[in-house]
Amino acid sequence: MSNRGEQLEMKKRQLVTIKGTKNGLSLHLNDICSYEELLRDIQLKLNESSTLHNEKRDIKVTVELGNRYVTEEQKEEIKQLIEEKQNLTVQLINSNLVTKKEAENWLEKTEVKSITSIVRSGQILQVPGDLLLIGDVNPGGKVIAGGNIYIMGQLKGIAHAGYDGDDRAVVAASIMKPTQLRISKYIDRDVKENPSKTSSQMECAYVKGEAIKIDRLQVLPHLRPNIANLGGGN
Amino acid sequence: MGEAIVITSGKGGVGKTTTSANIGTALALQGKKVCLVDTDIGLRNLDVVMGLENRIIYDLVDVVEERCKIHQALVKDKRFDDMLYLLPAAQTSDKTAVRPNQMRELVLRLKQEYDYIIIDCPAGIEQGYKNAVAGADRAIVVTTPEVSSVRDADRVIGLLEKEENIAPPMLVINRIRNHMVKSGDMLDIDEVTSHLSIDLLGIVADDDAVIKASNNGEPIALNPNNKSALAYRNIARRILGETVPLQHLEEESKGVFAKIKTFFGAR
Repeated sequence: MSNRGEQLEMKKRQLVTIKGTKNGLSLHLNDICSYEELLRDIQLKLNESSTLHNEKRDIKVTVELGNRYVTEEQKEEIKQLIEEKQNLTVQLINSNLVTKKEAENWLEKTEVKSITSIVRSGQILQVPGDLLLIGDVNPGGKVIAGGNIYIMGQLKGIAHAGYDGDDRAVVAASIMKPTQLRISKYIDRDVKENPSKTSSQMECAYVKGEAIKIDRLQVLPHLRPNIANLGGGN
Repeated sequence: MGEAIVITSGKGGVGKTTTSANIGTALALQGKKVCLVDTDIGLRNLDVVMGLENRIIYDLVDVVEERCKIHQALVKDKRFDDMLYLLPAAQTSDKTAVRPNQMRELVLRLKQEYDYIIIDCPAGIEQGYKNAVAGADRAIVVTTPEVSSVRDADRVIGLLEKEENIAPPMLVINRIRNHMVKSGDMLDIDEVTSHLSIDLLGIVADDDAVIKASNNGEPIALNPNNKSALAYRNIARRILGETVPLQHLEEESKGVFAKIKTFFGAR
Protein backbone atom coordinates (compact mmCIF):
# COMPACT_ATOMS: atom_id res chain seq x y z
CA MET A 1 0.00 0.00 0.00
CA SER A 2 2.73 2.40 0.92
CA ASN A 3 4.23 1.80 -2.52
CA ARG A 4 0.92 2.73 -4.12
CA GLY A 5 0.73 5.91 -2.08
CA GLU A 6 4.18 6.94 -3.20
CA GLN A 7 3.15 6.46 -6.81
CA LEU A 8 0.09 8.65 -6.32
CA GLU A 9 2.29 11.27 -4.71
CA MET A 10 4.52 11.13 -7.79
CA LYS A 11 1.51 11.51 -10.12
CA LYS A 12 0.30 14.52 -8.24
CA ARG A 13 3.69 16.08 -8.49
CA GLN A 14 3.71 15.92 -12.29
CA LEU A 15 4.29 19.66 -12.61
CA VAL A 16 6.26 19.43 -15.83
CA THR A 17 5.16 17.41 -18.83
CA ILE A 18 7.59 16.94 -21.68
CA LYS A 19 6.23 16.23 -25.11
CA GLY A 20 8.16 15.61 -28.26
CA THR A 21 7.03 17.32 -31.42
CA LYS A 22 8.58 17.52 -34.86
CA ASN A 23 9.83 21.00 -33.98
CA GLY A 24 11.64 19.80 -30.88
CA LEU A 25 10.45 19.53 -27.31
CA SER A 26 7.51 21.20 -25.74
CA LEU A 27 7.50 21.72 -21.98
CA HIS A 28 4.06 22.07 -20.44
CA LEU A 29 4.34 23.66 -17.02
CA ASN A 30 1.73 23.34 -14.31
CA ASP A 31 0.11 26.74 -13.75
CA ILE A 32 -1.33 26.22 -10.25
CA CYS A 33 1.63 25.22 -8.11
CA SER A 34 4.06 27.73 -6.62
CA TYR A 35 6.82 29.14 -8.76
CA GLU A 36 9.59 27.68 -6.57
CA GLU A 37 8.04 24.21 -6.78
CA LEU A 38 7.90 24.58 -10.53
CA LEU A 39 11.57 25.52 -10.83
CA ARG A 40 12.55 22.58 -8.66
CA ASP A 41 10.51 20.23 -10.79
CA ILE A 42 11.90 21.54 -14.08
CA GLN A 43 15.40 20.85 -12.80
CA LEU A 44 14.40 17.40 -11.56
CA LYS A 45 12.67 16.47 -14.77
CA LEU A 46 15.47 17.58 -17.03
CA ASN A 47 18.05 15.74 -14.94
CA GLU A 48 16.18 12.44 -14.95
CA SER A 49 15.36 12.44 -18.66
CA SER A 50 18.26 10.28 -19.66
CA THR A 51 17.34 10.44 -23.33
CA LEU A 52 18.22 14.11 -23.36
CA HIS A 53 21.75 13.42 -22.29
CA ASN A 54 22.31 10.96 -25.11
CA GLU A 55 21.05 13.29 -27.77
CA LYS A 56 23.91 15.06 -29.54
CA ARG A 57 21.96 17.50 -31.67
CA ASP A 58 20.63 20.85 -30.46
CA ILE A 59 17.04 20.50 -29.33
CA LYS A 60 14.66 23.40 -29.60
CA VAL A 61 12.31 23.84 -26.68
CA THR A 62 8.95 25.56 -26.53
CA VAL A 63 7.76 26.40 -23.03
CA GLU A 64 4.00 26.42 -22.43
CA LEU A 65 3.15 28.43 -19.32
CA GLY A 66 -0.63 27.93 -19.47
CA ASN A 67 -2.45 30.45 -17.32
CA ARG A 68 0.55 31.34 -15.18
CA TYR A 69 1.73 34.94 -15.13
CA VAL A 70 5.51 35.33 -14.97
CA THR A 71 7.59 38.49 -15.04
CA GLU A 72 10.34 39.08 -17.61
CA GLU A 73 12.95 38.17 -14.96
CA GLN A 74 11.20 34.90 -14.18
CA LYS A 75 10.98 34.09 -17.88
CA GLU A 76 14.72 34.61 -18.11
CA GLU A 77 15.24 32.39 -15.05
CA ILE A 78 13.24 29.55 -16.57
CA LYS A 79 15.08 29.95 -19.84
CA GLN A 80 18.47 29.81 -18.13
CA LEU A 81 17.48 26.79 -16.09
CA ILE A 82 16.52 24.87 -19.23
CA GLU A 83 19.49 26.00 -21.23
CA GLU A 84 21.88 24.78 -18.55
CA LYS A 85 21.45 21.47 -20.36
CA GLN A 86 23.91 22.16 -23.10
CA ASN A 87 21.97 20.88 -26.06
CA LEU A 88 18.69 22.64 -25.19
CA THR A 89 17.70 26.08 -26.51
CA VAL A 90 14.48 27.82 -25.64
CA GLN A 91 12.97 29.28 -28.78
CA LEU A 92 9.60 30.38 -27.47
CA ILE A 93 7.77 30.94 -24.21
CA ASN A 94 4.00 30.81 -24.65
CA SER A 95 1.44 32.04 -22.18
CA ASN A 96 -2.32 32.36 -22.30
CA LEU A 97 -2.01 35.66 -20.47
CA VAL A 98 -1.11 39.14 -21.61
CA THR A 99 -0.61 42.04 -19.26
CA LYS A 100 -2.91 45.01 -19.46
CA LYS A 101 -0.07 47.07 -20.86
CA GLU A 102 0.73 44.56 -23.58
CA ALA A 103 -2.96 44.41 -24.43
CA GLU A 104 -3.16 48.18 -24.65
CA ASN A 105 -0.11 48.33 -26.92
CA TRP A 106 -1.64 45.61 -29.03
CA LEU A 107 -4.92 47.47 -29.23
CA GLU A 108 -3.17 50.73 -30.13
CA LYS A 109 -1.33 49.02 -32.96
CA THR A 110 -4.46 47.52 -34.43
CA GLU A 111 -7.01 50.27 -33.91
CA VAL A 112 -7.81 53.13 -36.27
CA LYS A 113 -7.21 56.39 -34.47
CA SER A 114 -9.49 59.12 -35.78
CA ILE A 115 -8.36 62.71 -35.32
CA THR A 116 -10.07 65.93 -36.38
CA SER A 117 -7.41 68.54 -36.88
CA ILE A 118 -5.32 70.47 -39.36
CA VAL A 119 -1.70 69.37 -39.33
CA ARG A 120 0.10 72.63 -39.97
CA SER A 121 3.66 73.41 -41.02
CA GLY A 122 6.12 72.16 -38.43
CA GLN A 123 3.64 69.89 -36.71
CA ILE A 124 4.01 66.10 -36.54
CA LEU A 125 1.10 63.76 -35.86
CA GLN A 126 2.12 60.19 -35.05
CA VAL A 127 0.00 57.15 -34.15
CA PRO A 128 1.08 53.53 -33.57
CA GLY A 129 -1.74 51.98 -35.62
CA ASP A 130 -3.90 53.25 -38.47
CA LEU A 131 -4.70 56.96 -38.75
CA LEU A 132 -7.94 58.50 -39.91
CA LEU A 133 -7.38 62.24 -40.22
CA ILE A 134 -10.38 64.44 -40.76
CA GLY A 135 -8.70 67.62 -41.95
CA ASP A 136 -5.76 68.71 -44.08
CA VAL A 137 -2.05 68.11 -43.87
CA ASN A 138 -0.52 71.43 -44.90
CA PRO A 139 2.90 71.73 -46.56
CA GLY A 140 5.59 71.33 -43.92
CA GLY A 141 3.29 69.21 -41.76
CA LYS A 142 3.85 65.48 -41.29
CA VAL A 143 1.67 62.49 -40.41
CA ILE A 144 3.21 59.19 -39.36
CA ALA A 145 1.42 55.89 -38.70
CA GLY A 146 2.53 52.36 -37.88
CA GLY A 147 -0.25 51.18 -40.19
CA ASN A 148 -2.35 52.81 -42.90
CA ILE A 149 -3.13 56.50 -43.27
CA TYR A 150 -6.53 57.69 -44.44
CA ILE A 151 -7.00 61.44 -44.92
CA MET A 152 -10.40 63.02 -45.42
CA GLY A 153 -9.00 66.27 -46.69
CA GLN A 154 -6.00 67.51 -48.60
CA LEU A 155 -2.63 65.85 -48.22
CA LYS A 156 -0.14 68.56 -49.08
CA GLY A 157 2.61 67.76 -46.57
CA ILE A 158 4.42 64.51 -45.83
CA ALA A 159 2.71 61.20 -45.01
CA HIS A 160 4.63 58.16 -43.75
CA ALA A 161 2.64 54.93 -43.50
CA GLY A 162 3.98 51.61 -42.21
CA TYR A 163 6.52 53.46 -40.10
CA ASP A 164 7.79 50.27 -38.38
CA GLY A 165 8.53 48.60 -41.71
CA ASP A 166 5.13 47.48 -42.94
CA ASP A 167 5.43 47.42 -46.73
CA ARG A 168 1.75 46.63 -47.13
CA ALA A 169 0.61 49.88 -45.54
CA VAL A 170 -1.25 52.36 -47.75
CA VAL A 171 -1.93 56.10 -47.82
CA ALA A 172 -5.35 57.23 -49.02
CA ALA A 173 -6.43 60.85 -49.34
CA SER A 174 -9.38 62.80 -50.72
CA ILE A 175 -6.93 65.13 -52.43
CA MET A 176 -3.48 63.71 -52.97
CA LYS A 177 -0.88 66.46 -53.45
CA PRO A 178 1.88 65.43 -51.06
CA THR A 179 5.30 67.05 -50.84
CA GLN A 180 6.64 63.60 -50.17
CA LEU A 181 5.19 60.14 -49.62
CA ARG A 182 6.80 57.44 -47.53
CA ILE A 183 5.68 53.86 -47.04
CA SER A 184 7.88 51.70 -44.83
CA LYS A 185 11.40 52.37 -46.17
CA TYR A 186 10.29 53.62 -49.59
CA ILE A 187 10.29 57.32 -50.39
CA ASP A 188 8.54 58.98 -53.32
CA ARG A 189 9.52 62.52 -54.16
CA ASP A 190 8.29 62.67 -57.71
CA VAL A 191 4.65 62.69 -56.76
CA LYS A 192 4.04 65.81 -58.81
CA GLU A 193 5.03 64.07 -62.01
CA ASN A 194 2.36 61.50 -61.49
CA PRO A 195 -0.12 61.80 -64.37
CA SER A 196 -3.15 61.23 -62.16
CA LYS A 197 -2.21 64.26 -60.06
CA THR A 198 -4.61 66.49 -61.90
CA SER A 199 -7.57 64.22 -61.32
CA SER A 200 -10.04 65.31 -58.72
CA GLN A 201 -10.89 61.81 -57.51
CA MET A 202 -9.69 60.22 -54.31
CA GLU A 203 -6.44 58.36 -54.58
CA CYS A 204 -4.36 55.83 -52.70
CA ALA A 205 -0.63 55.10 -52.61
CA TYR A 206 0.96 51.70 -52.07
CA VAL A 207 4.21 49.88 -52.64
CA LYS A 208 4.43 47.94 -55.87
CA GLY A 209 7.71 46.27 -56.72
CA GLU A 210 10.29 48.56 -55.23
CA ALA A 211 8.43 51.83 -55.70
CA ILE A 212 5.44 53.76 -54.48
CA LYS A 213 2.55 53.84 -56.90
CA ILE A 214 -0.46 56.17 -56.83
CA ASP A 215 -3.75 54.91 -58.16
CA ARG A 216 -7.51 55.42 -57.97
CA LEU A 217 -8.95 54.65 -54.56
CA GLN A 218 -11.16 51.98 -56.14
CA VAL A 219 -8.21 49.60 -56.68
CA LEU A 220 -7.63 49.33 -52.95
CA PRO A 221 -10.13 46.51 -52.15
CA HIS A 222 -8.35 44.26 -54.67
CA LEU A 223 -4.86 45.19 -53.53
CA ARG A 224 -5.39 45.06 -49.78
CA PRO A 225 -8.51 43.02 -49.01
CA ASN A 226 -7.25 42.66 -45.44
CA ILE A 227 -7.97 46.33 -44.66
CA ALA A 228 -11.70 45.69 -44.41
CA ASN A 229 -12.92 43.91 -41.32
CA LEU A 230 -16.53 43.88 -42.43
CA GLY A 231 -17.88 42.47 -45.65
CA GLY A 232 -18.91 44.83 -48.42
CA GLY A 233 -22.47 45.36 -49.64
CA ASN A 234 -24.22 42.40 -51.25
CA MET B 1 -10.33 95.31 -18.15
CA GLY B 2 -8.90 95.68 -21.62
CA GLU B 3 -7.92 93.15 -24.24
CA ALA B 4 -4.42 92.34 -25.44
CA ILE B 5 -3.94 91.52 -29.12
CA VAL B 6 -0.64 90.24 -30.48
CA ILE B 7 0.23 90.95 -34.13
CA THR B 8 2.48 88.21 -35.47
CA SER B 9 3.49 86.49 -38.72
CA GLY B 10 6.48 84.23 -38.37
CA LYS B 11 8.12 85.63 -41.47
CA GLY B 12 9.81 89.03 -41.39
CA GLY B 13 8.95 91.96 -43.60
CA VAL B 14 5.29 91.17 -44.21
CA GLY B 15 4.07 94.27 -42.38
CA LYS B 16 3.60 93.40 -38.70
CA THR B 17 4.79 96.77 -37.47
CA THR B 18 2.80 98.73 -40.07
CA THR B 19 -0.28 96.68 -39.21
CA SER B 20 0.24 97.21 -35.48
CA ALA B 21 0.64 100.96 -35.91
CA ASN B 22 -2.41 101.29 -38.14
CA ILE B 23 -4.74 99.03 -36.16
CA GLY B 24 -3.72 100.91 -33.02
CA THR B 25 -4.34 104.22 -34.74
CA ALA B 26 -7.68 103.10 -36.14
CA LEU B 27 -8.85 101.82 -32.75
CA ALA B 28 -7.87 105.13 -31.14
CA LEU B 29 -9.85 106.96 -33.87
CA GLN B 30 -12.83 104.79 -32.88
CA GLY B 31 -12.56 106.27 -29.40
CA LYS B 32 -10.76 103.41 -27.66
CA LYS B 33 -7.85 103.90 -25.31
CA VAL B 34 -4.96 102.05 -26.90
CA CYS B 35 -1.45 101.12 -25.83
CA LEU B 36 1.00 99.88 -28.45
CA VAL B 37 3.75 97.62 -27.11
CA ASP B 38 6.85 96.99 -29.22
CA THR B 39 8.44 93.65 -28.23
CA ASP B 40 11.06 93.65 -30.96
CA ILE B 41 13.87 94.31 -28.50
CA GLY B 42 17.10 95.22 -30.27
CA LEU B 43 15.38 95.99 -33.59
CA ARG B 44 12.64 98.39 -32.60
CA ASN B 45 10.65 100.06 -35.39
CA LEU B 46 7.19 100.83 -34.12
CA ASP B 47 8.32 104.16 -32.63
CA VAL B 48 9.73 105.20 -36.02
CA VAL B 49 6.56 104.27 -37.91
CA MET B 50 4.50 106.18 -35.34
CA GLY B 51 6.87 109.16 -35.50
CA LEU B 52 7.55 109.02 -31.77
CA GLU B 53 11.22 108.07 -31.78
CA ASN B 54 12.51 111.40 -30.48
CA ARG B 55 10.29 111.27 -27.40
CA ILE B 56 11.48 107.98 -25.94
CA ILE B 57 13.03 108.28 -22.49
CA TYR B 58 12.58 104.84 -20.95
CA ASP B 59 11.72 101.53 -22.61
CA LEU B 60 10.24 98.07 -22.06
CA VAL B 61 13.42 96.66 -20.52
CA ASP B 62 13.67 99.62 -18.12
CA VAL B 63 10.13 98.85 -16.93
CA VAL B 64 10.76 95.13 -16.54
CA GLU B 65 14.01 95.73 -14.67
CA GLU B 66 12.26 98.34 -12.51
CA ARG B 67 14.46 101.27 -13.45
CA CYS B 68 11.28 103.29 -13.97
CA LYS B 69 7.51 103.16 -13.54
CA ILE B 70 5.31 102.03 -16.43
CA HIS B 71 3.75 105.48 -16.95
CA GLN B 72 7.22 107.03 -17.21
CA ALA B 73 8.11 104.77 -20.14
CA LEU B 74 4.83 105.23 -22.01
CA VAL B 75 5.08 107.73 -24.86
CA LYS B 76 1.90 109.70 -25.42
CA ASP B 77 0.85 110.37 -29.01
CA LYS B 78 -0.28 113.98 -28.98
CA ARG B 79 -2.33 113.55 -32.17
CA PHE B 80 -4.84 111.48 -30.28
CA ASP B 81 -5.63 113.47 -27.17
CA ASP B 82 -4.78 110.92 -24.50
CA MET B 83 -6.11 107.93 -26.45
CA LEU B 84 -2.91 106.40 -27.86
CA TYR B 85 0.30 105.47 -26.05
CA LEU B 86 3.42 103.55 -27.04
CA LEU B 87 5.63 101.39 -24.88
CA PRO B 88 8.83 101.25 -26.95
CA ALA B 89 11.26 98.32 -27.04
CA ALA B 90 14.85 98.72 -25.93
CA GLN B 91 17.33 99.14 -28.72
CA THR B 92 20.46 98.11 -26.82
CA SER B 93 19.49 94.76 -25.24
CA ASP B 94 18.29 91.59 -26.95
CA LYS B 95 15.20 89.36 -26.69
CA THR B 96 16.53 87.47 -23.67
CA ALA B 97 16.34 90.63 -21.53
CA VAL B 98 12.66 89.87 -20.90
CA ARG B 99 10.95 86.62 -19.87
CA PRO B 100 7.40 85.55 -20.79
CA ASN B 101 6.10 85.74 -17.22
CA GLN B 102 7.39 89.32 -16.91
CA MET B 103 5.57 90.21 -20.13
CA ARG B 104 2.40 88.54 -18.87
CA GLU B 105 2.51 90.62 -15.71
CA LEU B 106 3.25 93.83 -17.62
CA VAL B 107 0.37 93.30 -20.07
CA LEU B 108 -1.95 92.49 -17.19
CA ARG B 109 -1.10 95.83 -15.58
CA LEU B 110 -1.64 97.70 -18.85
CA LYS B 111 -5.02 96.00 -19.31
CA GLN B 112 -6.28 97.72 -16.18
CA GLU B 113 -5.94 101.12 -17.84
CA TYR B 114 -6.37 100.58 -21.56
CA ASP B 115 -9.13 99.17 -23.76
CA TYR B 116 -6.72 97.60 -26.20
CA ILE B 117 -3.08 96.56 -25.88
CA ILE B 118 -1.59 95.99 -29.35
CA ILE B 119 1.57 93.90 -29.09
CA ASP B 120 3.93 94.09 -32.06
CA CYS B 121 5.72 90.73 -32.26
CA PRO B 122 9.23 90.29 -33.71
CA ALA B 123 9.79 87.92 -36.66
CA GLY B 124 10.61 84.32 -35.83
CA ILE B 125 9.21 81.85 -33.32
CA GLU B 126 11.91 82.03 -30.67
CA GLN B 127 12.24 83.97 -27.42
CA GLY B 128 10.88 87.23 -28.83
CA TYR B 129 7.76 85.51 -30.13
CA LYS B 130 7.24 83.70 -26.82
CA ASN B 131 7.49 87.01 -24.95
CA ALA B 132 5.04 88.69 -27.31
CA VAL B 133 2.32 86.03 -27.09
CA ALA B 134 2.69 85.47 -23.33
CA GLY B 135 0.20 88.09 -22.24
CA ALA B 136 -2.10 88.10 -25.28
CA ASP B 137 -5.81 87.27 -25.30
CA ARG B 138 -6.19 87.35 -29.07
CA ALA B 139 -3.84 87.04 -32.02
CA ILE B 140 -3.79 88.52 -35.49
CA VAL B 141 -1.62 86.73 -38.04
CA VAL B 142 -0.35 88.92 -40.87
CA THR B 143 0.60 87.32 -44.16
CA THR B 144 1.25 88.45 -47.72
CA PRO B 145 -0.13 86.39 -50.63
CA GLU B 146 3.24 84.71 -51.16
CA VAL B 147 3.88 81.02 -50.69
CA SER B 148 6.77 81.50 -48.25
CA SER B 149 4.82 83.95 -46.13
CA VAL B 150 1.74 81.71 -46.05
CA ARG B 151 3.92 78.74 -45.06
CA ASP B 152 5.31 80.65 -42.07
CA ALA B 153 1.86 81.93 -41.14
CA ASP B 154 0.69 78.30 -41.10
CA ARG B 155 3.51 77.41 -38.70
CA VAL B 156 2.67 80.31 -36.40
CA ILE B 157 -1.05 79.51 -36.45
CA GLY B 158 -0.15 75.96 -35.39
CA LEU B 159 1.81 77.36 -32.44
CA LEU B 160 -0.91 79.87 -31.51
CA GLU B 161 -3.59 77.17 -31.52
CA LYS B 162 -1.57 75.35 -28.86
CA GLU B 163 -1.68 78.39 -26.55
CA GLU B 164 -4.52 77.82 -24.12
CA ASN B 165 -5.18 81.44 -23.19
CA ILE B 166 -5.38 82.81 -26.73
CA ALA B 167 -8.58 82.83 -28.79
CA PRO B 168 -8.38 81.27 -32.30
CA PRO B 169 -6.15 83.57 -34.40
CA MET B 170 -7.54 85.83 -37.15
CA LEU B 171 -5.93 86.60 -40.48
CA VAL B 172 -4.91 89.83 -42.18
CA ILE B 173 -3.73 89.50 -45.78
CA ASN B 174 -1.41 92.36 -46.55
CA ARG B 175 0.10 93.80 -49.75
CA ILE B 176 -2.28 92.25 -52.23
CA ARG B 177 -1.38 93.22 -55.79
CA ASN B 178 -4.59 92.98 -57.69
CA HIS B 179 -3.06 92.89 -61.17
CA MET B 180 -0.85 89.93 -60.16
CA VAL B 181 -3.76 88.07 -58.61
CA LYS B 182 -5.74 88.59 -61.82
CA SER B 183 -2.93 87.28 -63.99
CA GLY B 184 -2.60 84.25 -61.70
CA ASP B 185 0.90 85.14 -60.54
CA MET B 186 -0.15 85.72 -56.94
CA LEU B 187 -2.26 83.66 -54.56
CA ASP B 188 -5.78 85.03 -54.28
CA ILE B 189 -7.64 85.60 -51.03
CA ASP B 190 -9.59 82.35 -51.27
CA GLU B 191 -6.46 80.30 -51.77
CA VAL B 192 -4.82 81.82 -48.71
CA THR B 193 -7.83 81.52 -46.43
CA SER B 194 -8.69 77.97 -47.51
CA HIS B 195 -5.10 76.92 -46.94
CA LEU B 196 -4.83 78.47 -43.49
CA SER B 197 -8.48 77.85 -42.58
CA ILE B 198 -8.84 80.61 -40.00
CA ASP B 199 -11.21 83.57 -40.02
CA LEU B 200 -10.29 86.49 -42.24
CA LEU B 201 -10.13 89.79 -40.38
CA GLY B 202 -9.19 92.00 -43.30
CA ILE B 203 -7.33 92.57 -46.52
CA VAL B 204 -4.99 95.42 -47.38
CA ALA B 205 -3.89 96.24 -50.92
CA ASP B 206 -0.27 96.95 -51.78
CA ASP B 207 -0.03 100.71 -51.73
CA ASP B 208 2.89 103.12 -52.14
CA ALA B 209 1.16 105.59 -49.85
CA VAL B 210 1.53 103.17 -46.90
CA ILE B 211 5.31 103.13 -47.30
CA LYS B 212 5.41 106.90 -47.69
CA ALA B 213 3.29 107.42 -44.59
CA SER B 214 5.46 105.04 -42.54
CA ASN B 215 8.58 106.89 -43.63
CA ASN B 216 7.02 110.15 -42.48
CA GLY B 217 6.06 108.72 -39.11
CA GLU B 218 2.37 109.15 -39.78
CA PRO B 219 0.33 105.96 -39.88
CA ILE B 220 -1.74 105.80 -43.07
CA ALA B 221 -4.90 105.16 -41.06
CA LEU B 222 -4.86 108.88 -40.18
CA ASN B 223 -5.55 109.78 -43.81
CA PRO B 224 -9.32 109.51 -44.38
CA ASN B 225 -9.05 109.59 -48.19
CA ASN B 226 -6.76 106.63 -48.63
CA LYS B 227 -7.99 103.15 -49.55
CA SER B 228 -5.52 101.32 -47.30
CA ALA B 229 -6.48 103.62 -44.44
CA LEU B 230 -10.06 102.51 -44.94
CA ALA B 231 -8.92 98.89 -44.90
CA TYR B 232 -7.24 99.39 -41.51
CA ARG B 233 -10.24 101.27 -40.16
CA ASN B 234 -12.46 98.39 -41.29
CA ILE B 235 -10.19 95.94 -39.48
CA ALA B 236 -10.49 98.03 -36.31
CA ARG B 237 -14.29 98.03 -36.62
CA ARG B 238 -14.29 94.27 -37.05
CA ILE B 239 -12.13 93.93 -33.91
CA LEU B 240 -14.80 95.95 -32.11
CA GLY B 241 -17.39 93.43 -33.24
CA GLU B 242 -18.99 95.22 -36.19
CA THR B 243 -19.79 93.41 -39.41
CA VAL B 244 -18.05 95.20 -42.25
CA PRO B 245 -17.94 93.74 -45.77
CA LEU B 246 -14.56 93.20 -47.42
CA GLN B 247 -13.25 95.93 -49.69
CA HIS B 248 -13.32 95.49 -53.42
CA LEU B 249 -9.81 95.55 -54.74
CA GLU B 250 -10.75 96.02 -58.38
CA GLU B 251 -11.73 99.66 -58.56
CA GLU B 252 -8.25 101.08 -58.50
CA SER B 253 -6.54 102.92 -61.42
CA LYS B 254 -9.30 102.66 -63.99
CA GLY B 255 -9.18 104.92 -67.00
CA VAL B 256 -11.94 107.40 -67.78
CA PHE B 257 -13.30 105.12 -70.48
CA ALA B 258 -13.54 102.14 -68.11
CA LYS B 259 -15.29 104.34 -65.56
CA ILE B 260 -17.87 105.32 -68.12
CA LYS B 261 -18.37 101.69 -69.07
CA THR B 262 -18.88 100.78 -65.43
CA PHE B 263 -21.34 103.64 -65.15
CA PHE B 264 -23.44 102.15 -67.92
CA GLY B 265 -23.24 98.73 -66.38
CA ALA B 266 -20.97 97.12 -68.98
CA ARG B 267 -18.05 95.35 -67.38
